[in-house]
Amino acid sequence: MDWLLSAGDDPVHKFLLMIIAIALFVAVMALILVVVDRRRNPSKWFVAGGFVGPALVLLAAGLFYPAGGTIVNSFQNRNGSEFIGLDNYARAFSEPAFLLVLGNTALWVLVAPALATFIGLVYAVVVDHSRFEKFAKALVFLPMAISMVGASIIWRFVYEFKPESVEQTGLLNQIIVWLGGSPVQFLLERPLNTFLLMVVLIWIQTGFAMTLLSASIRAIPTDIVEAARLDGLSGLGMFWRITIPSIRPALVVVLTTIAMTTLKVFDIVRTMTAGRYGTSVVANEFYEQSFRQNNAGLGAALAVLLFVIVIPVIIYNVRQMRLAEEVR
Amino acid sequence: MSTTQPAVAPKAVPPPSNLQQRARTAKKKLTSPWASMIAVVIALVWTVPTFGLLITSFRPEIDIRRSGWWTVFADAFAGEGVFSFRNYEIALFDSSTSLIDFFVNSFVITLPAVFIPITVALLAAYAFAWIDFKGRDILFVAVFALQIVPIQITLIPLLRAYVGTGINGTFWPIWLSHSMFALPLAIFLLHNFMRDIPSSLVEAARVDGAGHVKIFFRVILPLLTPAIAAFAIFQFLWVWNDLLVALVMGGPQTFPLTVRIAELAGSRGGDWHVLSAGAFISIIVPLIVFLSLQRYFVRGLLAGSVKG
Repeated sequence: MDWLLSAGDDPVHKFLLMIIAIALFVAVMALILVVVDRRRNPSKWFVAGGFVGPALVLLAAGLFYPAGGTIVNSFQNRNGSEFIGLDNYARAFSEPAFLLVLGNTALWVLVAPALATFIGLVYAVVVDHSRFEKFAKALVFLPMAISMVGASIIWRFVYEFKPESVEQTGLLNQIIVWLGGSPVQFLLERPLNTFLLMVVLIWIQTGFAMTLLSASIRAIPTDIVEAARLDGLSGLGMFWRITIPSIRPALVVVLTTIAMTTLKVFDIVRTMTAGRYGTSVVANEFYEQSFRQNNAGLGAALAVLLFVIVIPVIIYNVRQMRLAEEVR
Repeated sequence: MSTTQPAVAPKAVPPPSNLQQRARTAKKKLTSPWASMIAVVIALVWTVPTFGLLITSFRPEIDIRRSGWWTVFADAFAGEGVFSFRNYEIALFDSSTSLIDFFVNSFVITLPAVFIPITVALLAAYAFAWIDFKGRDILFVAVFALQIVPIQITLIPLLRAYVGTGINGTFWPIWLSHSMFALPLAIFLLHNFMRDIPSSLVEAARVDGAGHVKIFFRVILPLLTPAIAAFAIFQFLWVWNDLLVALVMGGPQTFPLTVRIAELAGSRGGDWHVLSAGAFISIIVPLIVFLSLQRYFVRGLLAGSVKG
């Protein structure tokens, strides 16, 4: 049994475990399907259960049950031994350290999605139909494949600081020195550092915005564009009066999707500053409280907070899906 | 470099005469110096940071400490630049970093964590699309709504459950967690593709006496290969690049590259020869997958977000 659980440090053992895990899974699924298939005149429930059951069991065990547990935890003290009412929430909304965290998160969610969408849109419009379109788009698209950890390393190197007396190795400080300034410890400067961390996320997400917006710009019916042109619209007028209104649904999707990613941003803050120097956000503080400070109650309250913030978006999404469903 | 052309629906392509006109206006747009300048600046900001770190990863440690990577061009001109794979050797095999072990972990984590949720989601998506059972719509809306629920809200109780069963610190909780977290998006995305299959095909198979299992394997699955590829890339990138789940659910014997590199950034933040090489070791696999399967990725992106 132990052999099946832990592979220790042996790579061969790890690969064997991986194969066993997949084989075990295939065997279970095959068994379910064979049972469903063998039964003569099965009821609809039986078939539906066989197909959708595994997913529902996993969702119940992996999302519903633990989410309920976290909500209960958020009203308990640090080790869950007694209920303390709303104290965790009160603390999160009153202590200066946590207010800073909340403020930073709000700043992230307001600034990063807007900038990523704006840059993605501008770039999509500017390179559209140019000779280098494919290549130019690939350049901005590529960071989407890079992990937030990898991207953070890339940007930390750009922000690298060396004292004025020696040669700079970070590009940004070198540019400042070339322009006659003196080098800055970028990651220590508040509130500049939060914005510099945002750059990493914007850098990753702009490709996403560009792809979606570019596709929806192409989908604008040509007769609308023609009619507008006959009315004498061109350039920026066309952009504001025709392009933007036509792609509004896509803009909303892009903004909310990036905002949801931004809200949960953890990797970048963890890798760049570990939340020090006044850069922490809710998702990082959740990790810090839950797994470093061993304050499960407060950590749970922060997780619930994240959840409460996304509820309006969930409701909006469901409503949009219902509308799309009716159109079909 | 493969194509970045987004997979747009055919109706989105304008007729030829219009294309010419558009090309003409586009040319006008691009001859505007401002537009070209914006394009060049954005392209530079999006590539130079990566390029700088890539060059750095091939420079000797002493050079990295002494001068910026941009000096290599002047040095190379003077015939002084030295490049080697030494940093990669150290990062991968030196006992202080030994990223090769973490590379193995990344791989071992990723394969089941991509395969399992896709299989489960395919079956569920089939049921939501083609089996008419009571409560189907409300269930589907629930699954759809779960897509953006922050996984943070599940982590502590889940971890407690893993500790209770004694599987914490092994690969099992990581595989399980990734599989569970992936399901809402996977089901939604695959369902979108699955519903686009003409119902006449399914009806015809049913008239021939095929049961749902047979229809699923014989009719639906072969048609869904592009959709499966699209989601597989999503999930691959998500799992390979994930930090939070691996950090919380795993232990020292299961940590993937991301965890180790984030840790190095904290403990050895100034050792850029290790960090630069390490970053690229973690980036290279997703980059290859991404570039070679980009077409599917874009299709999945458009199907997943625009429709919803």
